[in-house]
Amino acid sequence: MSASKQRIGLALFAIYLVVYGGFVLLNAFAPDVMKLEPIAGVNLAVVYGFGLILSAFVLAVVYGFINRSVGATHANEAAQREIKS
Amino acid sequence: MIYTPSTLSIAIFLLFVGITLGISFHFGKRAKSSAGYFAAHGQIPWFVNGIAFAGDYLSAASFLGICGMISLYGYDGFLYSIGYLAGWIVALFVVAEPMKRLGKFTFADALDAKFQSRGIKLMVGISTLAVSLFYLIPQMVGAGALVRPLLGLPHWAGVLIVGTTVILIVVTAGMVSTTWVQFLKGSLLVVFSVVLTAFILNNGLKVRDGGLDGHHFSTITVDEGQAPQEALAAAGYEPIESSDKWSGFIRTTHSESGETITFKVVDDSTLTETQTLAVVDGKTIINGLPLGTGDGETQLHNVGWIASLPEGKTESGPLGPVEYFRTLEGSQVVTWPKVVIDDGDAGKTTVYHQATVAGSDLLRPGRHPSFAGLQEGNFVDRINFVSLMLALFCGTASLPHILIRYYTVKDEAAARKSTIVGIGAIGFFYILTLFMGLGAMTSGALDLTDENMAAPLLAKSIADWLFAVISAIAFTTVLGTVSGLILASAGAVTHDIISHALKVELSDGEKVRVAKIASVVVGAIAIVLGILFQGMNVNYLVGWAFSVAASANLPSLVMVLFWKGVTKQGIITAVTVGMVSSLTWILLSADTFQKVYGYTTHPGYVPFSQPGLVTIPLGFLTLVGVSLLTRRRSAEPTL
Repeated sequence: MSASKQRIGLALFAIYLVVYGGFVLLNAFAPDVMKLEPIAGVNLAVVYGFGLILSAFVLAVVYGFINRSVGATHANEAAQREIKS
Repeated sequence: MIYTPSTLSIAIFLLFVGITLGISFHFGKRAKSSAGYFAAHGQIPWFVNGIAFAGDYLSAASFLGICGMISLYGYDGFLYSIGYLAGWIVALFVVAEPMKRLGKFTFADALDAKFQSRGIKLMVGISTLAVSLFYLIPQMVGAGALVRPLLGLPHWAGVLIVGTTVILIVVTAGMVSTTWVQFLKGSLLVVFSVVLTAFILNNGLKVRDGGLDGHHFSTITVDEGQAPQEALAAAGYEPIESSDKWSGFIRTTHSESGETITFKVVDDSTLTETQTLAVVDGKTIINGLPLGTGDGETQLHNVGWIASLPEGKTESGPLGPVEYFRTLEGSQVVTWPKVVIDDGDAGKTTVYHQATVAGSDLLRPGRHPSFAGLQEGNFVDRINFVSLMLALFCGTASLPHILIRYYTVKDEAAARKSTIVGIGAIGFFYILTLFMGLGAMTSGALDLTDENMAAPLLAKSIADWLFAVISAIAFTTVLGTVSGLILASAGAVTHDIISHALKVELSDGEKVRVAKIASVVVGAIAIVLGILFQGMNVNYLVGWAFSVAASANLPSLVMVLFWKGVTKQGIITAVTVGMVSSLTWILLSADTFQKVYGYTTHPGYVPFSQPGLVTIPLGFLTLVGVSLLTRRRSAEPTL
């Protein structure tokens, strides 16, 4: 994997870490914020929780798309490796 | 609660277990070499492997434990869903591809790729065993909980059935069959959770005054100037003299049923009926009568219902997902907290009492006893919560049975793609857990003695066939997860400990044989632990396994990938310190004292129950510290 692609992985990881960390810290130290109802009368706890799950999937797909051609072994390469080991 | 099994549920159950065993035997014939046994020759297609990730990961704990916790405490159970899923981000972005590149069979291989050290193999092998055993306990407990209503068998029988079946699967088959079984179950679990959720939304929310068994819980109104005892007597409940341990409650004899009914004093004018459970001379006593269905016997009533809906409606009709939350937020829900009253020589009694809670409070964290201080601002509970969420985040990527699944695909690209498929399936399922848990909370079908049964009982309240299918899937999911864990343990024993750390020369065939013997031993230990831990929320137990895994394995895993200065001494010490410190912390925590050892009010010897916040950083510090100290020495050529 090239260094730049690995950096993308770590950058996406950092984004998620901030979003997840925000959720944990808000719940721990400002739990009343979770009572707010930002969308359609559903409270922030539910919206944020679902958001965390959805964003994990979105980030995963983005990462997969960026790296779509990286790390695949071709059939004959794999076969050679098999023989060597 | 007493369950009577139906022929249909037994038939469906046997069908599922039969198919599972069939697949195992079929693929088992192909796995003769150790590469086949442990890693399915690296030939599993990525999509199948991805769904198998879901099958491995969506264990009894995810399904039974999370739904159970939500059904009793609301949003708190969903925190686990969020944390479990978030952990996959660590797995995907940080460890998946290097793991695949560096290792062959086990996670110790990857850690050890650079050092070829027997010490690393030994310690990582031991930590794999410790984590797997910890993770096995909740699976076994879940199995025991499932067979009670499904087959009408006691808890221990369920544990024994799972243990034996799994040992059979693992011994005959190995990783190929485990993977296909997991693929099948992962898919079925997600599909039938969608079905269950569709029923929940379609049925909407209804106001009730009792559970599905039709029992009406009395509420006694005390007039001004009247003693509560008089009001009770007038309603046919004759008060009984009780010690001051019962303050806040009034015990009575019900003239009609002969039961000892305890009332909770809600305020000056209101008394509500509770349910009590005591164990006297090994016999279960419910509301003063022996547990049973005959004359002079009784059982706990099903509970969980809505006291009022917004705008004074009595029935909401079918609801969309968003409307469902909106309606619930404006409702009042009757929940059933418990208190244990220790009345000296008269013994301990668990009192389940009604508490009407606003839906808006149930839909945010802070109702579970472990997090109760969250909303009031209790500092220890806040730290406990942060610690748990950290352990869940870091734990997934450190679980041995998840890590070995990176060796069943052919290359890094396949490892990555299967992780993405896994995240999709698992995330989708976790979103459904909130609906299923809340559905169970308001279904009137809850069994207070076993919260792990919430989801299956919810299915039972909808249709018997659905219950049978869901239980059978959950049961076979347990089978699959347990097989994966036992395989991971067997791999650790054979590959890491015996053949590398102890340098015992094993031929390929001998390796597989040793692994099978190890599987039987680990399986037997798991059966015993599963029986001992009956009744604990399986999800809670899984939380511990995550803490141990994250503390012992994650520091080494991450640092080996991102820091060149790591030494083998650093890894060995970090794994040891992480494992020992987190295990010790758990064993000394208030939670363990109260729930496992049975000291109901013991504060424990550590400041909060979840170790992650202390022991994960401790693992990292140890690794860096020891590596820096031993760096120069290991750089010198050894003679």
